[in-house]
Amino acid sequence: MRRILAQRRWTPLGKKWLENCRAYSVPASSKVVRDERFATLDDQDIKHFSGIVGSKGLVVDKDELEVANTDWMRKFKGSAQLLLRPQSSNQVAEILKYSSSRRIAVVPQGGNTGLVGGSVPVFDEVIVNLGAMNSIISFDEVSGILICEAGCILETLDKFLADKGFMFPLDLGAKGSCQIGGNVSTNAGGLRLIRYGSLHGNILGLEVVLSDGTILDMLSSLRKDNTGYDLKQLFIGAEGTLGVVTKVAVLTPQKLPSVNVGFLACTDYTSCQKMLLEARKHLGEVLSAFEFIDSFALDMVLKHSGHRHPLPDAKEKFYLLIETTGSNQSHDKEKLDNFVETVLTQGLVVDGTIAQDNTQISNFWHIREGIAEALGKAGAVYKYDLSIPIKDLYNLVEILRERLGGLATVVAYGHLGDGNLHLNISAPDYDEKLIAKIEPFVYEWTAAHKGSVSAEHGLGFMKAHAIHYSRSPETVELMRKMKAMLDPNGILNPYKVIA
Amino acid sequence: MSMNPFCEIAVEEALRIKEAGRASEVVVVSMGGEQCVETIRTGLAMGADRGLHVITQDSSSLFPLAVAKLLQALVSSEQPRLLLLGKQAIDDDCNQTGQMVAGLLGWPQATFASKVSISDDKESVCVEREVDGGIETIQLQLPAVVTADLRLNTPRYATLPNIMKAKKKSIQRVTPEELNVVIGSDLEVLEVTEPPKRKAGVMVASVDELLDKLKNEARVF
Repeated sequence: MRRILAQRRWTPLGKKWLENCRAYSVPASSKVVRDERFATLDDQDIKHFSGIVGSKGLVVDKDELEVANTDWMRKFKGSAQLLLRPQSSNQVAEILKYSSSRRIAVVPQGGNTGLVGGSVPVFDEVIVNLGAMNSIISFDEVSGILICEAGCILETLDKFLADKGFMFPLDLGAKGSCQIGGNVSTNAGGLRLIRYGSLHGNILGLEVVLSDGTILDMLSSLRKDNTGYDLKQLFIGAEGTLGVVTKVAVLTPQKLPSVNVGFLACTDYTSCQKMLLEARKHLGEVLSAFEFIDSFALDMVLKHSGHRHPLPDAKEKFYLLIETTGSNQSHDKEKLDNFVETVLTQGLVVDGTIAQDNTQISNFWHIREGIAEALGKAGAVYKYDLSIPIKDLYNLVEILRERLGGLATVVAYGHLGDGNLHLNISAPDYDEKLIAKIEPFVYEWTAAHKGSVSAEHGLGFMKAHAIHYSRSPETVELMRKMKAMLDPNGILNPYKVIA
Repeated sequence: MSMNPFCEIAVEEALRIKEAGRASEVVVVSMGGEQCVETIRTGLAMGADRGLHVITQDSSSLFPLAVAKLLQALVSSEQPRLLLLGKQAIDDDCNQTGQMVAGLLGWPQATFASKVSISDDKESVCVEREVDGGIETIQLQLPAVVTADLRLNTPRYATLPNIMKAKKKSIQRVTPEELNVVIGSDLEVLEVTEPPKRKAGVMVASVDELLDKLKNEARVF
């Protein structure tokens, strides 16, 4: 096992965060050092880049750079002196070709909504932001295959598809800002993986630019193509370390009209698990989301978001948000009624409500999707995204709650249907003592239960050192070899994913 | 089909009056095609006791005067002490039905209610209504018509036990003919035009470009 060479340490910032409602985590005692093999930008470089992207594609403004250098959680901050906004794949290719030859490190960036510090520089890497490449190239209304550039915002794509009677097979809280290139590079899971599967299945083709400027055209939009190795799968989830995604071909499902959402209260975690079984049995193919929220998470989001409690009389410890999507309203309602009657009779739910119209549906979803933002407003937050066998999932939460005592509030929610726990520890301030009690305990516990230390958020910078908790040394070694082959100068998103 | 938000507030108020012991029964009424059944079910799931569905060929021919006449007919057979309506429907924004039915019945009316209190002896109702100048408080003899405004209450979500119970509650169907009401087309829609489409915004890539556009295109300065 490789020794951990990089450590993230949070400096205690006291009450200062309250003023900005955020805190920067400056790695004062971080052991990551800038790789001195990388060049430092000079005027020649800037002139060359200017020649590639034009004056409107070159950003050196301090304020704009400050925003691009800081991640969404305001925990990681780089010091890039230059941001580039290419407008075509050719420009991306020229940028990378030049950067490779000069050994200039780059960070590919989309909507900058990542949660593991993967989308911002660690030092002075040049940011290559794909936001200007936001055209929808084509849409086939028979097959549902959409081809678009990597800088398209997820919500924009979904709205475009809705007009045509289709939907994007991925949905997450960041949809208004995240870009599809970043979603692909992170292999984002989202709220409906339980129904539509992962991006590994829905992405039919990619166009990727390699570190030497080669434009790899794998943009086929065929449902089935077993010719050779399926290389695009390497880039899905590679977090920009193997190549820069520039175009995407996606298979999109029909947008079905009948949507029902239930918000249900359960007394204990065992009931939640049984509910999942019953939901699969009774709702079957119309089940489209199965999320859980514990009472601490619900309290947090209701406090900071202004939404009202869907079940004001319920004082339970667990809440489930269950959604069905189908083509026939009466068919789905009947399935839902049977499901509800069964679980009520069995005593699996204590109380609940079914949304009566679209406003109520979106209210319930806003509650679930607003938890991350609420945590951000509440203070310092340590965020963990873990895959754990469903039967053991909540044990970690209770053990950690006991372990941390009054030091912090442990809040849990997530995609229960996928076995994905979003574990968040909320404290008034970032605190050395606190992090010492959390890490590596959480990672070790997860590894001991054969889980994953990053279910869907990726490793980024935050967990670059933690890959060995979930992958064998041989696997990691092969990953290093692939990285060395595809990016010999190591310029693509360095210090990330595999430390 | 979603319940009109103001009507939802009216249903909620009716339920609260019943829960306070000031009423014995809450009946929800909807008029139109088959989609009305869903709306009535929502009312029943919130806690209403039974539903009345006035079936018409299609809902688009039901203008406020027709609705008011139908309500007048229902009132004579049901004999309610209080008629609660939303102040207006969000499809036509007419804000007429409550006022018209009160006129037809000869009942007192209080519109845009933000607070409703039935008296202890259940003979009168005290209503605070939102008017331009502030809040007006009036007292009406029952039976009366009250229309609900936004701030009257926050409607409850229909809970599972009530949703299950609602399936067994009755929805009585009746036609305008059975109520001796002729639905006339007393309004003719001459034209409906959309407001002019907003032009899409333009993304500018630099401050210079912004200044240029402000000066030469928008002519701000």
